[in-house]
Amino acid sequence: MSNYAIQVDNLTKKFNGFTAVDQISFKVKTGELFGLLGPNGAGKTTTINMLSTLLKATSGYGEVSGYDISRNKDNIRRSIGVVFQEPALDTKLTGKENLVFHAMMYGIKKQERIKRIKEVLELVELTEKEKVLVEKYSGGMKRRLEIARGLIHEPKVLFLDEPTLGLDVQTRRHIWDYIKRLNKEGNVTIILTTHYMEEADFLCDRIAIIDRGKFVAMDAPGRLKDILGGDVVSLEIEGNPDALIEQIGSLDWIKNITRHDETLSLTMDRGERRIPELIHVAQKNEVEVTCVHLRKPSLEDVFLHFTGRTMREEEASQTERNREILRSRFGRRR
Amino acid sequence: MINKTAIYVLWMREMKRWWRAKSRIVGSLAMPLFFLAFLGLGFRRMTIPGLSDDVGYIRFLVPGIIGMNILFSSTFGGLSVLWDREFGFLKEIMVAPVSRVSIVLGRIAGGATTALIQAILILGISCIMGFKITNISSIFLAIVFMILIAVTFLGLGLVFASKMRDIQGFSIVMNFVIFPLFFLSGALYPLENLPVWLRYISKLDPLTYGVDGLRAALIGVSSFSIFYNFIFMVMFSLVMIFLGAYFFEKSESV
Ligand SMILES: Nc1ncnc2c1ncn2[C@@H]1O[C@H](COP(=O)(O)OP(=O)(O)O)[C@@H](O)[C@H]1O
Ligand SMILES: [Mg+2]
Repeated sequence: MSNYAIQVDNLTKKFNGFTAVDQISFKVKTGELFGLLGPNGAGKTTTINMLSTLLKATSGYGEVSGYDISRNKDNIRRSIGVVFQEPALDTKLTGKENLVFHAMMYGIKKQERIKRIKEVLELVELTEKEKVLVEKYSGGMKRRLEIARGLIHEPKVLFLDEPTLGLDVQTRRHIWDYIKRLNKEGNVTIILTTHYMEEADFLCDRIAIIDRGKFVAMDAPGRLKDILGGDVVSLEIEGNPDALIEQIGSLDWIKNITRHDETLSLTMDRGERRIPELIHVAQKNEVEVTCVHLRKPSLEDVFLHFTGRTMREEEASQTERNREILRSRFGRRR
Repeated sequence: MINKTAIYVLWMREMKRWWRAKSRIVGSLAMPLFFLAFLGLGFRRMTIPGLSDDVGYIRFLVPGIIGMNILFSSTFGGLSVLWDREFGFLKEIMVAPVSRVSIVLGRIAGGATTALIQAILILGISCIMGFKITNISSIFLAIVFMILIAVTFLGLGLVFASKMRDIQGFSIVMNFVIFPLFFLSGALYPLENLPVWLRYISKLDPLTYGVDGLRAALIGVSSFSIFYNFIFMVMFSLVMIFLGAYFFEKSESV
């Protein structure tokens, strides 16, 4: 047995010529909590679908629990649990019936089934609602039920595709706790996708940042942030900043400068102590600072650093690109 | 390869969903009963060419309407994969470690059971309304044909479901497949009345043998012998299960 739960080599998926996942390679150790972080349309779900045997890869190699994704589908299916991005519950069944359905599909015998269903329902605190039709559940309850379902057959590897998408802050915290506990105490290898920076930062041992189907960076969250080398001070400015940028660039405690429209993002240690000086330099260069923002580096900055775009811009351009694809395919709409 | 538990649990799910949609059950019985009532009453006094006087149109019509109902509910049953895809549940089914054949058999078992229950209900109501069955053991024969018709068209529905991405194509299947199959089958009139070339086409329609078999069983009058109908229906249903499973296996599940 190798100690990798997942090994992926040059995995690629094309949809009618459009490359959704572009030659990605990575390995996930057994017991690791690995995150795929990227904006909408980056290719996260497509990657999960290929690894969970639902989608055939166009090219490249993938291995889950030691089984080839193109050959040993049944073995992989037996060893993984998946919580899909879109709800995948039968809303005309009760919560418990959904779990029974799942347990029986996975061939769990009656005694064991009753025990495990009870356990997972308690874990996600849905025992009281087990006899209620799922169509009456709230979004958070459905999500919890799906996570419970993904655990019934005790998978070695659990895929969570945007597990907290659209949930309120409290429920999200709750689910984060389950995920952490599951990974640490239950020893389940978890691959999670998200486009929330805080989520990846809080949960994951390692993160791959994915953009337009390609990995742009992969490391522990702390290390990724270290790459940026400290705090980020953003200055919103008015006026021509060229001279200012030059002068700031010559300061030895400045580690990095990114200009983005009217915003300068500067990286440095102990940013809070440098702000007065920065404003002073700006004034000398006849640039007005309208707003100052200090933050400890987040993965948002990492994304910006590696791609030169913010995640929001990336999502906007993704939407635009999809629109163009539709237009070229179906002609312009009047 | 064949996973009995999976087939059972897929069947059970179908039963629960069906039972919980009681209003739909009533609705699904309304159309065939209206057909029976209005066609039956409307053509009551007509002499239908090709039909002997002692049969009577209503007696002729009952097996046809039962066949019609199974045709519709089974094809829709096969197409219900598309609803599962729409609501995301298909992924839960497809990611399970269960052979695709078992999944197809589970769906067919569920769809055939609901189609059969509805058919028997229609038959029962027809009997209350005065339809006479030649002898009781013929009910058993009729049920065999009901199941064969159901399986055949569930397979057909699965083929279409596998070829379609969403439920947009539904009305096309309805208008260009289900209705022609229905009218070509002789459910409403004796096939002998059709022009010769159309009669040839109707011989390719599985429902032709299904309805004729039902007639042979229930009223003892038919175009072909009951054995001939039985053999054809067994062949059709096996071929359609195979095709349904084949295309379902091939289709992308997300
Ligand atoms: N079945 C499909 N057919 C065509 N394009 C698809 C299909 N599924 C996904 N895509 C495209 O592939 C890209 C990646 O999608 P996805 O993997 O869902 O991204 P993410 O999960 O990161 O938001 C998107 O541009 C999306 O439009
Ligand atoms: Mg996604």
